[in-house]
Amino acid sequence: MIREYTTTVEISGPLMLVDGVEGVAYEELVEIELPDGEIRHGKVLEIDSRMALVQLFEGSSGTGIAESKVRFLGKQVELGVSEEMLGRVFDGQGRPRAPFDTAPPIVPEKMKNINGAPINPYARDYPAEFIQTGFSSIDGINTLVRGQKLPVFSGSGLPHSAVAAQIARQARVVGEGESFAVVFAAMGITFEEADYFIRDFRKTGAMDRAVVFMNLASDPAIERISTPRMALTAAEYLAYEKDMHILVILTDMTNYCDALREISAARKEVPGRRGYPGYLYTDLSSIYERAGRIKGRKGSITQIPILTMPEDDKTHPIPDLTGYITEGQLILNRELHKKGIYPPMDVMESLSRLKDKGIGKGKTREDHADLFNQLMAAYSAGKDSRELAVILGAAALSPLDQKYLKFAEEYENRYISQGEHENRNIEETLDLGWELLKLLPRDEMKRIDPARLDKYWPVSEEDGPG
Amino acid sequence: MTRGTIDKIAGPLVVADGMKDARMYDLVYVSDYKLIGEIIELKGEKASIQVYEETGGLKPGDPVEATGKPLSVELGPGLVTAIYDGIQRPLDEIRKEAGDWITRGIGIRGLDHAKEWDFIPVAAVGLNVTGGEVLGEVPETNIITHRIMVPPEVSGEIVWMSEAGKFNIDTIIAKLKISDGSILELPMYHNWPVRKPRPIAEKKAPEEPLITGQRVIDAFFPLGKGGTACVPGPFGSGKTVIQHQLAKWADAEMVIYVGCGERGNEMTDVLQEFPELEDPKSGEPLINRTVLVANTSNMPVAAREASVYTGITIGEYFRDMGYSVALMADSTSRWAEAMREMSGRLEEMPGEEGYPAYLGTRIAEFYERAGNVKCRGGDRNGALTVVGAVSPAGGDLSDPVVQATLRVVKVFWSLQAKLAYARHFPAIGWLDSYSLYTDNLKEYYDKALGPEWVPMVKEAISLLQREANLLEIARLVGAESLSPEDQLILFTARSLREDFLHQNAFHEVDTYTSIVKQKLMMEVIMHTNAEMRKAIRGSVSPGDLFELPLKEEIARMSYIPEDHLDDIEAIKEHVNSQINDLIEKEQTA
Ligand SMILES: Nc1ncnc2c1ncn2[C@@H]1O[C@H](COP(=O)(O)OP(=O)(O)O)[C@@H](O)[C@H]1O
Ligand SMILES: [Mg+2]
Repeated sequence: MIREYTTTVEISGPLMLVDGVEGVAYEELVEIELPDGEIRHGKVLEIDSRMALVQLFEGSSGTGIAESKVRFLGKQVELGVSEEMLGRVFDGQGRPRAPFDTAPPIVPEKMKNINGAPINPYARDYPAEFIQTGFSSIDGINTLVRGQKLPVFSGSGLPHSAVAAQIARQARVVGEGESFAVVFAAMGITFEEADYFIRDFRKTGAMDRAVVFMNLASDPAIERISTPRMALTAAEYLAYEKDMHILVILTDMTNYCDALREISAARKEVPGRRGYPGYLYTDLSSIYERAGRIKGRKGSITQIPILTMPEDDKTHPIPDLTGYITEGQLILNRELHKKGIYPPMDVMESLSRLKDKGIGKGKTREDHADLFNQLMAAYSAGKDSRELAVILGAAALSPLDQKYLKFAEEYENRYISQGEHENRNIEETLDLGWELLKLLPRDEMKRIDPARLDKYWPVSEEDGPG
Repeated sequence: MTRGTIDKIAGPLVVADGMKDARMYDLVYVSDYKLIGEIIELKGEKASIQVYEETGGLKPGDPVEATGKPLSVELGPGLVTAIYDGIQRPLDEIRKEAGDWITRGIGIRGLDHAKEWDFIPVAAVGLNVTGGEVLGEVPETNIITHRIMVPPEVSGEIVWMSEAGKFNIDTIIAKLKISDGSILELPMYHNWPVRKPRPIAEKKAPEEPLITGQRVIDAFFPLGKGGTACVPGPFGSGKTVIQHQLAKWADAEMVIYVGCGERGNEMTDVLQEFPELEDPKSGEPLINRTVLVANTSNMPVAAREASVYTGITIGEYFRDMGYSVALMADSTSRWAEAMREMSGRLEEMPGEEGYPAYLGTRIAEFYERAGNVKCRGGDRNGALTVVGAVSPAGGDLSDPVVQATLRVVKVFWSLQAKLAYARHFPAIGWLDSYSLYTDNLKEYYDKALGPEWVPMVKEAISLLQREANLLEIARLVGAESLSPEDQLILFTARSLREDFLHQNAFHEVDTYTSIVKQKLMMEVIMHTNAEMRKAIRGSVSPGDLFELPLKEEIARMSYIPEDHLDDIEAIKEHVNSQINDLIEKEQTA
């Protein structure tokens, strides 16, 4: 049943109030026909027995919106899905996006509600399969596993796009040839950034196994609220109905949150921290928790949301609430970036919460956990030495502190740092770790099991103190 | 029964008209989907309802039906090993019915009413009984005997008792003649409203520690059985790992784990691990003493608000049976945020940070349901220990939820981001954390570990405090310019931190340390400290002492299995001989 009204009584920002409606449902999809025939979309945000408050995806700018016809479509926002989506570029509402994609719309196999439904925690399978990204700072230290949600916290001007593109290019599960695809959702990023991804995908052949949803900076801000949900709906279809392993990249979540704030402000809700609505945590979780594995299903969804921290501040509500939901975070560091280190990964503050079950014997290598602990401890000690050197001067450091200092330098320059097209396998990453640890005295290896230490670093190899 | 119609829908809040006869906190069914909701405000004929399921697709005019009963849980055999959502719907059953995603309007009861249990009567006909009295027993798992009790607020004379047998929970197992002369039939379960604390006979101060096997907790900041604790910290600081560690290793008889608005995978982790892990005391799979309540962040927000009450009511029920119960809630901040969200939608006047003005009251009421108690209806003692994680915005402890929680709880485990970055886990800060139970528990520790334990811990803590001061000085003037004795303090404090407080939750042995082993470990460190101090006073060079190989042996103590504790004892001898050798060497030189 389609009902049409011309009783819009108020428009403010992205919201529109329609009077005298009947039989309209909460969250229902709305179509607005402007006097010139242009069609816009929206959904019902609040409804009572007389009025419907409608959120306009494309905004309220333009002439004659107040005179337009408002149709309630009797369904919620849906995305038509099919395997034809692979290789295509859509806009934030699921239509082919020119100039990147000029082909006709896909013929959907089925329609899916973009809000999805919460995965029953009882149906989840714990993510435990190691994904090799080719970055030592991720694979060795903050290991990513299939079904994980691991965001990149970045700052303006930092190379998060390059990192994300490289992950999309290189990510694979060791020893498996299963079908793999990337779903990429851009929210409010510039044409240039978007173009960078698309070109990178095309150049490396990744495009054939990619689905792209694109809302650019110049596109309607409110559309950004549905863009990630469109992308995840496509991902769920491919993962759980077509048995594919999907890597979802969402960039930039900060723009998404700002769009949410805009709606909240227009509704005059009590603002929370920095003006973001109090339900931001819940809203974000309805996106991030769509990552995962499900028992008995082959496919999986791994998420890498990217966000730029305003003023590089990790306690800003967007990174803060994201970190509370995601299974760790990869943090890019401005100082490392200035030193010319790519990727400028802050391994100390970064964390992969799921790494413990994804590493070790049969997954990466038996020595991985010990090695990781020792590298972290050594780098931490090295950074302390560096601080000390700033205060006291390098010459005043004890011989041991000097070794740690040297270790920290080498660790940054050789382990964290690598080329934009350098794809290290896990063996190379682990071996490099051992090589660097050997810059330190062997008896500093407190975090390593003695038997393992003997195996990977026989006593005979030690150069002796000094 | 009151019937009304939907007037307005805004997210999880539905306003219904024509609800004049409804009462606050009545459970309601919303629309033909029969979504479950609870009345949280009444104004004239209008009732504001928080709906525990997604409200998309609801329309004004849809029917609303008040049941006249408050939101309650079913209490009886079948709770142990269950996994529930925030309003006690079994997630495993939901999956059977609805598949891998949670859909709406699923009405599955909390307990399995078909399953049959072995029932053994305990009470006899003719007895006058009151609420809490045990009527019979059901061996529910190998470690939990489920005591079927007279429901609270019921009393009377037993006029009929069932024989032993195999029954489902609907079976009448006793009949009481109550004060008005009528006969009350009692099945094996009863309902209890989640927002109402279950009555007890008497509350006492905690007398025994809840041994957790976590060294920094048991030794430095112990929690009493029946006590309350909070674990605030920014994300990644280790709140969940600590809660999981307690759920695994705490010496409680029952564990209720409430995943409140947190990650789905963390619940999966528990679900997959607990059937595999053994309770160190009984050797039984941990799941056999566990009830899980999982309302993850993406599940409906109103049910998240209810989940902590569902959990604590189940906890109280097992406490009433005379068990020591531990409840973990991860995270209470999500519960508070759910309250904030509903309060915002009701357009209530906001307090701090948009939280409702009654936030502090609700938090206090929740923790007050913990306690070391004398149970009603018989000579049993039970305890309900409550540990809440708090997730302050930006990790800032001035957060209203943290502050309201600190006003009521007695133990504060302060998680420090700095320690977590340095991968010092558990990242419980030794300078800021506290336990107000130390004095109550002294008697227990004196008996269990000898009178030397408490003073030894005090000395260790004071060493760490002095370390903090000395590090400040050392940063300015360099560690070398400290006096030899101060250098020893730094040495020992480092050893305490790295070899005692640091504990790897994921290491097979290190994950759990008995208090006997804790004492041995601490003794080795403090013994070394004492011997070194003597040597230094005998003017042995501290640098040489700190280079002795004993350092490595001490560093590996935590990995010595519980059945090889002699090996730790032996370290003391090695310490003595190494230090003596050094003294001799320096004297001859
Ligand atoms: N006791 C511990 N031993 C080893 N690792 C730990 C410990 N506590 C925390 N961690 C590490 O820190 C990570 C984050 O801990 P978690 O409890 O999930 O933090 P939070 O709940 O505070 O966000 C874990 O995934 C783990 O890697
Ligand atoms: Mg947590």
